[in-house]
This record gives sequence, structure tokens and C-alpha cells, in this order.
Amino acid sequence: MAWFKRSKENIASDSTKLELPDGLWEKCPGCGEIIHKKQLEMNFWTCTKCEHHFRIGSSEYISILFDKNSFRENDRKMRSADPLGFVDSKKYSDRVNETMKKTGLSDAVRTGTGKIEGREVSFACMDFSFIGGSMGSVVGEKISRAIDRAYRHRIPMIIISASGGARMMEGAYSLMQMAKTSSRLARLAEEGIPYFSILTDPTTGGTTASYAMLGDINIAEPKALIGFAGPRVIKQTIGKELPEGFQSSEFLLENGFIDLIVQRKDLRSKLVSLIDFCK
Amino acid sequence: MNKAVLDFEKPIFELESKISEMRQYADKLDIADEITRLERKVKKLKESVYGDLTRWQKVQLARHPERPYTLDYIYLMASDFIELHGDRQCKDDKSIVGGFAKIDEHKVMIIGHQKGRDTKSNVYRNFGMPNPEGYRKALRLMKLAEKFNRPVITMLDTPGAYPGLEAEQRGQAEAIARNLLEMSRLKVPVIVVIIGEGASGGALGIGVGDRILMLENCWYSVISPESCSSILWKSWDFKEQAAEALRLTAPDLLQQKIIDRIVPEPLGGAHTNYEAAAKNLKTAILEELNQLLKLKTEKLLDLRFSKFAKMGVWHE
Repeated sequence: MAWFKRSKENIASDSTKLELPDGLWEKCPGCGEIIHKKQLEMNFWTCTKCEHHFRIGSSEYISILFDKNSFRENDRKMRSADPLGFVDSKKYSDRVNETMKKTGLSDAVRTGTGKIEGREVSFACMDFSFIGGSMGSVVGEKISRAIDRAYRHRIPMIIISASGGARMMEGAYSLMQMAKTSSRLARLAEEGIPYFSILTDPTTGGTTASYAMLGDINIAEPKALIGFAGPRVIKQTIGKELPEGFQSSEFLLENGFIDLIVQRKDLRSKLVSLIDFCK
Repeated sequence: MNKAVLDFEKPIFELESKISEMRQYADKLDIADEITRLERKVKKLKESVYGDLTRWQKVQLARHPERPYTLDYIYLMASDFIELHGDRQCKDDKSIVGGFAKIDEHKVMIIGHQKGRDTKSNVYRNFGMPNPEGYRKALRLMKLAEKFNRPVITMLDTPGAYPGLEAEQRGQAEAIARNLLEMSRLKVPVIVVIIGEGASGGALGIGVGDRILMLENCWYSVISPESCSSILWKSWDFKEQAAEALRLTAPDLLQQKIIDRIVPEPLGGAHTNYEAAAKNLKTAILEELNQLLKLKTEKLLDLRFSKFAKMGVWHE
């Protein structure tokens, strides 16, 4: 125990928090490298030094994957209806409205069709920044309609997942979105239309336990957290530390649940090859 | 008395034990009138207590340690049960049971979560929390039913899929996802019954079907009230509020059009009278089954598809 109480926070050389001006710079959570945003964008939002994949949203993925101006978004106006009138420490409807303002998104997924090197695909991409990428009625319905578009136009389906799982604030409605999206995928599979599932950091819970794990080809970005139960819950259950790399993309590849781990910079070209192979 | 009594049931049990005490003296003393009066009082009290349960109290009833489980219903409703084991890949998960059985003249496949009664059997049953092999066993049995054109009846009663290390390693998420996909196109009638706890993906993993039935005192939602409380309220103490907010009881889900039918339980809950509970369930299953058996396979699958397609509420 110290004799004297410290009046100020400890200032050690390794605890300096760099205040970066104008938001032009980003610090890599992997290695601490300071990278200019432009440079980060040029490098597909991956660290130039350690290849850490930054968490990005649907806009970034659309710009990475699609031919210029080819992406047409659908169901842009669909939004949550708060069917249960859910209130915890905050009203769910307020939470949704605030998140919409903050992120400029209408819910945790954006869907549409577009061209990848001339190949028409139906696309859905989740946004983790919208209430943890949680899946409620809107996410379930938009993804289902995206699968319908793939089905009707006989074009490949691509879903990029980034999600903490089903959305608690819509109760059983959220749970049923798992069944709804999976039954759409069953129909798509029967028509022989390919579905590529791309799992990014993090993909857990009900999202993993429905469409994210049901790809004809399951692709993960490097070192993403992918699982059903969250690591904290598992640690509590088994009462010991989890092994290094548990629930990482590499762990899933090793255990047979992922086909490929693909670096973000190679994602587009890999998808092109896979689409051409399945066609 | 070593009966498990829930808090809100205490006044009822106190009165009931008083009555049974008085009965012992009934031949010596003239207290018959008094007993009748008390019996009437108990009945009224029961009606008022059980007729007005909060959502949290229903959650407690759904978890009652004496509540009938899948095997109890099988033995009470069906005959000639042949339990089948194993997923043919890894092992036999004891937290999901299943096999061929006959309900009256119908040959069916019954599959359900199975909890244990005491510590030993609960460890054996993993507290009704399946590992991936449980879901894979269930799927194997469903495929078997499809092959021999037998309807499937599933019974849901789980606190959740097991959140363990090996469960993740063997693909808990994949096992559940696969079942959702396969059940949505299984070419035989599927009747799902929630008989106790319907905790999230762990329950839904055997819960896609043509009819979703729910016993009166059950809960079914995306998360348990306790976990919801711990995540949204950052404390375990708000389970009552979480249960209210989640709208997870049978009447709630009927109103949300997620279930099709509520199966009544005897007054005081299914555990107070196994035979009556099983009789009600059997009646409901047979009524639904007879309707489903009239449908051609294609129609059956179309209806199942649109049933789940309609679920959810949104603005656009």
C-alpha cells in the first residue's frame, strides 16, 4: 500500500494517448501504428504494417467490392417498428432514432444488387455500428428480400455478416428472423443458386446460427471473432481461461467450419473466381 | 413436505397443508364444515393466484423442478416408444431424446429436449442444454422420419444451447443453422410444442414447423430474462422487468402470431397433474395432426414457408 495517495493519474511513457488532429489519422488496434486515413482507405482499411483488419461498414464494403456506380440499394426506408414497446434503461425507439442519426443508417443491414467485375449479384452487408449489428425484424426482412432477388433473377447471393446476434429488444420476433432467413436460403439452394457467406469481426449468436454459417462457401476475414456463445459467457461456464485464438477465423478453419480465410484486399478477386466456378 | 414451492404459491400450500392436518382429526371432531369452507377458499385463492401470474412468475413455473419433461409426455401420450440414439458422427447427446412412437393410431417421430430431475440426472442430461451433436442427432431422426413418411413432433424445453468450449469447436452455430434450414423443407408434417423453457437459438434449433403449440405456463424468447437483465441493465437484478419487456409468455406470443395455439395446463401448472397436462397436449396434437395430414406435401411446405416469412414487424 502506498504511503501517499497520488493526486494525479500515473503518467507512464506507454500510457500516452495520442490526440490525433482533425480525425485524419487512425491508430491501429493491432500494432499501434499511426496511419493516415487516406492511406488506410487505399489499403482496404487494413493496417499497412501488421495487416490488422479495421472494422468497417457497408459503405466501405460496397466501395471495395462493386464496380463503380453499379450498386443499387433496395428497401432503404425500412425501419424498426418497436413491436414490443421495449424499454430498458432507455426506450428502444429512442435508441433506434439516436443510432439512425449518429450513423446515418436506417438499420443494421444494407441490401441491394450490383456488379462485381460485370457479374450481377444480390448483396447484403451488416453494419456493426448499428446497435451491435443486431438482427431484428428489419434485418431479417431485408436479408430475406435480398435472397428473394437472388432467387428471382438467378444471380449469386453474397452476405457480409458483422453482428452480435439477434436483437433483444424485439424479443421472439428477432429469434424468428433466424428461421425466416434460413428457409429462404433453403429455397435458394434448391434452385442451385450459389450463396457466399462472408464472416467478419465479430459474428456471433443468432447471426452465426443462421445465415452466416449456411454459405455454400463460408469465407472469413483474418482473425475475426466468430462463434455462437460469446467468449465471456463460455469463460464463465467452464470456469477457466480460453485458449489463445479460440473462436478466431483460423480456429474455425482448423475445425472445419470455414472454407477460406481471405484478406480484404483479395476479397473481390476471390469472389469473382468463385462466382465463375459456380456458374 | 419436500415439495418445491414457489414464493407466490406459499399461501396456497399453507392452506392446503392446514386442511390435510385437519382431515386427520376429522373423525374425532366435527370440523367437516370448516374443512369444506377452507377447501372452497383454497380453490378461490388458486384461481386468483394462477389466473393473474406475472410474466416472471410464469417463467418460474416453466422451470418448476417437478414439471413434466419430454419423456414424461412421451410415456403419458404415446405407446411403443423406441428411443434412438446418436448423431452418427460424434456421440449421443443426452439432452435431446427422440425416437419412434405411436399416438393413438399415428406412427410418429418424437424429439425433445430432456432435463434431469436431480443433480445426478441433471448432470447426465447436461441440464437440458444440447451440444452440437444433440442438434445433429435431432436432424438425423427428422430425416429418418421423412424417409419413412412419419410426422415429426418436437418438444422444446431448454435453458439454451450449451455455451462450452467443445460446443464451439464442434460448431454449435452451424448445427443450429443447419437444422433451421432443413426443418423448413422437411417433407413431413412437423408439430412443435414448447413444454417449458424456450431459450433462444437452443430452442429454435428443433423448433421450425407447421404448427407451433405452447403450454400455458411457458416462456419462449430470444434471450432469458436473467441474461437480458445482465446485458441491458448491466445487473442480474432486473429479471422481472426484463421478463415483462420481452413479452415472452404464451398469450404474448399468440398475439405476436409466433405461436398458433395455447395448450391449457391444469390449475397450478402442469406439474400438479401430469395426466391432465398430457391429455390436453395429446388432444391438441391430434387435432393439429389430423388437419396437417390432409395437406399435400407441396402445399404443406408452401404454408410452412409463408408462415415464417410473415414473422416480424417493420415500417417502410
